[in-house]
Parts: sequence; structure tokens; C-alpha cells
Amino acid sequence: MPLKQPRFLARQSYRRRRMADAARLLPLLGVFLVLLPILWRPAESAEADTAVGGVYLFTVWIVLIVAALFLSRLLSAPHTQDTSGDEEPR
Amino acid sequence: MVPFNILVAVCLVYVGLLFLVAFAAERRAERGRVGWLRSPLVYTLSLSIYCTAWTFYGAVGYAARSGLEYLTIYLGPTLVLIGWWVILRKLVRIGRSQRVTSIADLISSRYGKSNVLGVIVTVIAVVAATPYIALQLQSVTLSFGVFASGTPEGWALPDQSATALWVAGGLTLFTILFGTRNLDANERHHGVVMAIALEAVVKLVALLAVGIFVVWGVADGWSDIAARVHASPIADWPLQPGRWIGLTFVSAAAVLTLPRMFQVMVVENSDERHLSTASWAFPLYLLLMSLFVVPIAVVGLAELPAGSNPDLFVLTLPLAEGQGKLAMLAFLGGFSSATSMVIVAAIALATMVSNHVVMPLWLSLREGGARAPGDVRGLVLMSRRISIAAVLALGYIYYVLSGGSAALAAIGLIAFLGVAQILPAMIGGIFWRGATGTGAALGLTVGFLIWLYTLYLPSFGEGGLLSARILAEGPWGIDWLRPQALFGIEGLDPLLHALFWSLSLNTFAFVSVSLFTFPGPVERMQGLAFVNVFDHDPGARGWSRGGAEAEDLLAMAQGILGAEEAQGFFEAEAQAQGKAGFLPETTPDFIERLERRLAGAVGSATAHAMIAQFAVGAAVSAQDLMAVASEAQQILEYSTQLEAKSEELARTARQLTEANDKLKDLSVQKDAFLSQISHELRTPMTSIRAFSEILKDPDLPAEMQKKYAGVIHDETIRLTRLLDDLLDLSVLENRKVKLDVKVANLHDLISKAVQAASNTRPERQFTLHRDYPAEHIPVITDTDRLVQVFINLVSNARKYCDAERPELTINARQRGGRVIVDFIDNGSGIPKASQRLIFEKFARLTDTARAGGAGLGLAICREIMTNLGGTIAYLPGQGGAAFRVSLPVRREVAIDAAAAE
Repeated sequence: MPLKQPRFLARQSYRRRRMADAARLLPLLGVFLVLLPILWRPAESAEADTAVGGVYLFTVWIVLIVAALFLSRLLSAPHTQDTSGDEEPR
Repeated sequence: MVPFNILVAVCLVYVGLLFLVAFAAERRAERGRVGWLRSPLVYTLSLSIYCTAWTFYGAVGYAARSGLEYLTIYLGPTLVLIGWWVILRKLVRIGRSQRVTSIADLISSRYGKSNVLGVIVTVIAVVAATPYIALQLQSVTLSFGVFASGTPEGWALPDQSATALWVAGGLTLFTILFGTRNLDANERHHGVVMAIALEAVVKLVALLAVGIFVVWGVADGWSDIAARVHASPIADWPLQPGRWIGLTFVSAAAVLTLPRMFQVMVVENSDERHLSTASWAFPLYLLLMSLFVVPIAVVGLAELPAGSNPDLFVLTLPLAEGQGKLAMLAFLGGFSSATSMVIVAAIALATMVSNHVVMPLWLSLREGGARAPGDVRGLVLMSRRISIAAVLALGYIYYVLSGGSAALAAIGLIAFLGVAQILPAMIGGIFWRGATGTGAALGLTVGFLIWLYTLYLPSFGEGGLLSARILAEGPWGIDWLRPQALFGIEGLDPLLHALFWSLSLNTFAFVSVSLFTFPGPVERMQGLAFVNVFDHDPGARGWSRGGAEAEDLLAMAQGILGAEEAQGFFEAEAQAQGKAGFLPETTPDFIERLERRLAGAVGSATAHAMIAQFAVGAAVSAQDLMAVASEAQQILEYSTQLEAKSEELARTARQLTEANDKLKDLSVQKDAFLSQISHELRTPMTSIRAFSEILKDPDLPAEMQKKYAGVIHDETIRLTRLLDDLLDLSVLENRKVKLDVKVANLHDLISKAVQAASNTRPERQFTLHRDYPAEHIPVITDTDRLVQVFINLVSNARKYCDAERPELTINARQRGGRVIVDFIDNGSGIPKASQRLIFEKFARLTDTARAGGAGLGLAICREIMTNLGGTIAYLPGQGGAAFRVSLPVRREVAIDAAAAE
């Protein structure tokens, strides 16, 4: 639709959009980190790796939770002016 | 050891507590104090029904059997939740804007409100839920068994199957009492959500307590646990890449498509912002739930005798260590996990069954379809209750057929893969406008059948529903059709095999058929509304012309939403259009909103079908779509201000037209009034003159004299009454009337009026329906005047009700500071054109002779009610003439407020 949109955004709106991008990309990072142990081939290695693997997975988990907490705080903060027609909830 | 009797008693007390919590939450919500009932915390906790008895008992068993693989079940949902911005946010927005009632409703609504799709999704969801419910029954039964085995006395049940039956019966009763108390227009259950939030806390606390006890009570802290893991049978991590990826994917899909997750995540969501809290808080909950799983598993494997069921370690470890109370808490945690899952799953499935199977069937079978009057809500509630019982019965049958012996996690995964079949249609529906209903139907069917054949049926074991021969050689000896080795691909894990074939063929069918079919107009519009839900463009409308009669629509809506809510909705809509009363103009916009409203109660497909029966020929066509598109382009060129202004103008114009019409009618009436009054005065005058002339004759016999004098007397009384009425009216109209305010019981006033009106046409037998207890409302007002209004209404009903067996219903109730009394008879009612005239002077619908009055009654009533600070209005759509009298409980307040204006 030929709605008039500004071509460049103010600093605040710009930040906000990049945070939305980060929120879209976070699950991809998560998938990568969760599937990473496949490359270690723990089934073929000789040493006992359940304990190490467990620590790794829980660490990844905590990192993802903290990242999500950070992003959700930023994205749900009330924003002052953004009339750009982006898919922001109002 | 805790005695078995105490265990049962504790369960009952716990259930009682849940009831109290749910009841209190509903009471609060009814009073409008939602507050913390709808906080992000409660929302997050309600999502925890993802963690069922499978998590509580099964995860430890899973870890003891295959190490870290159990984590995939919780990492999948974590990935979906932290990616809320992409999928969940869109789902929740769509759910709110389209008033979606279930996942079947979402799919059916997206693909052109097609009920066929609703039915397919409902069938998949019900079939896939049976193993899951069986899992809950099995775990509760097993945990009862743990306690019962040591105590042969008391209420110990003879065998597991009987225990499972008791558990299933109890849960059915519980769910019916909990989830179907009322039919909520938004399908929101405050009480249920509150109760499952409480259960979420109980199961988390219980599992953490057992975990802490195991790590620091039995073992010696984390380093000891690490050493024990190294020494245990699960020290090595036999990661199978296929299963690792596949299980993560299936659990991620399931958190989106499980009917109960959809219910709490989308349907019960009250605020989109709660989702952003849940995006990190729910993964945290999952992390806490799985933190102690491996420690409990390794300690259980080491401490407990070989051969004990690892699914029950959470319970048997504390028992073996002599911690009866901790075991009790663990038992309650498991019980919570199972009950909360069963309650929400059964409610979600019952909603789907009643909206997509029972209601459409009933609509097509009933004579007159949606046009026939009647309250549908009782039927909907009853069908939901029966569906809940049926869903639990199916779960029980699965439990019995499968023998109740399999590992919990294995059963749960079967259910997960079943509902994951909905994923392609769902994701395609919200991101791809080209997805069509035919494609979705075919994809869903193909995926469902393959899942049924390769995983569900074989899960009953050899000699179950599929014979051992079919499993080994394929049906009719066709080698490449073997259920667990389709197309000759052998050696794959059965779950992975089913996952691969069902989802890939499902997606292929969905996409390829979508590419080659052409969607209908409604489907295209819904596709646009779903995919572009974040655009502010309202989009095209589903109805091109109104066409339906507002009164018929009101009668139908009352049957579904309930009288009060439907009337409120219609009144608000009429007001927004600048009209008074209960009947808005049936513009396409209004019909659209009404359909949404109905969809919230009975699902979009049924609501669409019901509206379609009224607005015949008004459904949108492809040509309309194109017209709307070009029209929309033009509208965009106008500034928004202009648009708002023209809307304002249109509203004013409508009001002016209405006022003008009324003025025209009034002028006609004024003429009629003059001729009427002359006529009314002349007729008695003529007879008085004639008879008094006769009386002048001195030869008249005495009895004739007496008779004629009587006639003259009667006629003068009639004249006096007419003049009295006129005077009364003019006093009332000038607000000079003196009111005699007293306290009275409304019940006495109504009784007095009914008594007084009984000499109007006393030959007619009238059946009167009154609700005596509800009528006892104190009112402070001019009681004589109020009774006068009541008498007028009752005697009007007696005079004009043309039913063969006349009936009159009087409903009284108090709403806020107002008393509302409805008088409804069962006659043919008042035609729409006359409805706004009846309160005018000398407006009489039938001929004078029959009415026997001057047509001033209702005009006086209206003036009286205005003087009392109340209103009187005609109530359309009640199946007869209906009047609503409404007045303030205390008269002074309203009058003062009116005077201040």
C-alpha cells in the first residue's frame, strides 16, 4: 500500500526495530546451540559425557532465558512515538 | 508409610481446595475485579499444564532409560517461547481479533470458516488426546498402587484397572463441575485458570522438594551427584542425532498445536503483554522442572532394588528413605499434574466437539434451522458435558487396551506426533496467503492417516488392533506397506519413522494442493485477515449487503448469548448508529460484528452458518471482493479527517431522517388527533342528545325511562374519563404533577396491578408466569402511579394478545441501581413499523370499538415513567408483545440528576 512512511527513523525507533530483529533471531541461535552436541558425537566417544552434556545444556538454557528476559523488557516498554506503521502492538 | 485411607482423604481435601479457589476466582471476576486474576504470573503458571504427569513421573523414567534425551521435550517449547515475537504473538493477536475458541476453530476460520476442516482437526485432536489421557490415568493409578501395595487393609482396590476407572470417573465429574458451569461468550474460564495456576505451584514445589532431598539429603551435593552420574548406567550419552532433532521439533510443534496449550496460551489470554513475560518465565519454569530429573534418576538407579519402575522414582525414593511426608507431597504433585492436564484438555476438546460436530448437526437437523426460536445454551452445555465424559472414556479404553504397562514418555510422544500434524496447516495459514482449505484438508488427512497406521495402531502392541503378521509382513503380504517400514525403509526408530513420513507427506500434500487450487471469496478474505493481522487496515467485509431483519437476529442472538447480553449488544450497536431502542440497522459492519460475537460462543463456522441463514444472498462474491479492492484504493486517497467527518455527517443525517420521519408521523397524528377527539366527543354527545330528547316524552314507561337515563349516565362517564385522561396527560407532560413517594415491595405492586386488571375482558382465561421470589425488591417511588402503569400493561395484554391460549410472563430483577420489569405476552406482537408510534397519543393499532379506550394509555404510561425518573420501552424479538419498564430504586436521586442537567 502506498502509505507514506519515513525512510529513516529516529534513534529510539531504530533501536526498537533492531531489538525486534533480535527477538526474531534468538530462536535460531537457540536451535543452533541445542543441536550443537550432535557434532560432538557423544555416542561414539569413549568417555562418560552425560554430566558434561547436562551442564552444557542447562547453561545454554539459562543464557537463552536471560536473553529472552532482556528482549521482552525492551520490547514491552511503552514507546513514545512510532508512527511508522511497523507491526508494533499498540 | 502413609495409610491408603489418608491418601484418598488428602486427595479429596485437595480437590475441595481447588474448588474453593476456582469458585472464589469466578466470584471476583463476576464482580469485575479481575486484577491479579489476569496477571502475567498467572498466565505463565497456567501455561505449565504443558508439564503433566509425564513430566512429573515420566521424565525421571525417561532419563533413567536414555539419559539426557528427556531434555528435548522441554528444549523444544523453550525455543518456541523465546521466539514468541515470530509465531506466538501473531497467533494470540489472531485469536483475539477473530475470537477464536479452539485450535479447530482457528483452522476452520482461516480456511473460509469451513466446518469440514473443523471436524478433521477435532477428530485428530480427540484421537491424539486418548493416549495422553491414558498416560495420566496410568500414572495416577501407579502412584496409588505404590501406596496400596504395603497396606492390604482399608480401601485398597483389588486391581489397577478398577483404580483407573475410579480415577477416570472422578476426573470426569470434577471437569464437568469445573469447566461447564456456564457458557462464557469469550470462552474464558477464570476459575479454571486460577486452579491450574495453583496446581502449577504445587507440582513445582513438590518436584523441587524431592530433588533437594535427593541432592542434599541422600547424596552429598552436586559434586557427589556428578560422581554418581559417572558411575551410573547412564554415564555415557548415547545421543542419536535423528531422535535429538526429531524430538526437539515434535515437542516444539506440540506446544503450538496441543489443544490444551492453545486453550491457555491463546483462548484464555487476556493481554498480549503477558506473552512477553511468559517468553522467559515459562522456559524458566521448565528448567526448574527438569533440573533435578537426572539426579533423581541416578540416585534411584543406585539406591532402589533392580527392576523397580523408574517412572515412579519420584515417589519410591522418598518412601525407601522413610520420608512419608515428602512422598505424600510428591504424590500430590503428581496428582496435580495429572488433574490439571485432564481438566484443560477435556474442556478444550469438548468445546471443539460441541462447536464443530454437535452444533452444525443440530442446525441442519432442526426444523427452521437458526430461525427457530429457543435457547441454544442448554444444548451447548449439555453437549460439552457429554463430550468431556466421552473423551475421558476414550482415554480409559486406551489405557485398558494398551495394558497400562508402557513407559510414560513413549505414550506421550505418540500424542505429540498426532497433534503435530496440525502444524503445517497452522503455520501455512498464518504466514502464507496462498494456503487453501482443500490443501489443508488433504494434508491433515494424509498426515493423520499415516500417523494412525505407523504409530498409533501399532502402539497397542502385537495382537492389539494390528496383528503381528501385518506388522512383520505388511497388509496382504505387501512388503513395502509394513506399518513400521513404509516404502521398504527399515531399521529406523518407529517414532522417527512415523514422524518422517507423516509430516513430510502432510506438508507435501498441503503445499502442492494449495498451489493448484483456487480459494473461495470468504477464504481469501480470512487469509488476508490472518496473514496481515498486524496491519491496521480493517480489510474487506464478509457480507456485502445487510438484508437480514434486526428483530430476527436479536431473537437468534438471545438464544446463544443469553437475553441480557444480546439486548445489551444490540442496544449499544443501535446507539453507535445514532438510533434509540434495541434494533440497529443491519449494515454489513453490524452483521460482521455480530458474527464475531457469536463466534466467541459457538465457533466461527457455526456462527457464519447461522448468520448465513438470515442474510440469504448477501454473502460476498468474488466480484464484490474486486469492487471492495478498488473502492478501498479510492478511500485511501481521502484524508482520515474527511472520513471521520463524513461518518459524523452520516450519523447526523440518520438522526435527522429519524426525527423528520417522526415529525411527519406526528403531524399526521395531530390531524388524526383532532378528528379523533371530535369523534370521541361527538359519539357520546350524539347519543346523550338523542336519548335526552326521547326522555322529554312524558308518556314513556318508567322502566324505559330508567334504561335511557342509564345510557346517558354511561356515556357521560365515558366522556368524563376521556377528559380526565387528557387532563392527566397534560399535567404529566408539564411536569407539574405532585408525586406521593412511598416505600413498597414490587411484588405487592405487581399483584395489585394483576388483580385490578383482571376485570378487563374477564371472559378470557390467561396463564400468568411470574417468578415470585425474584419480585421481592423494595422500591421508593410513587406507588399508585407505578401501579397505574402496570395495570395498563397487563390490561393491554388482556385486550390485544391474540394467541389461542394467551400467556403473560412478568420478569422482575434489579440491575445496579435500577429495577427492571418485563411484561411479555405470546401474541403476534407489534409490527416493526408501528413500534415507535405506540407511545404517542391516540395511536391505536386496532379499531376503536375493540380497544374501548381512547388510545391514551401508553402515552400516559410513558409520561408517568418519565416523571418517576424511569423509562418504558418496547422490547422486540421476544416472540410476542413485550414491554420493559425500568426505574431507579430510589426516585429522588434520578430526578435530581435529571434536574441538574
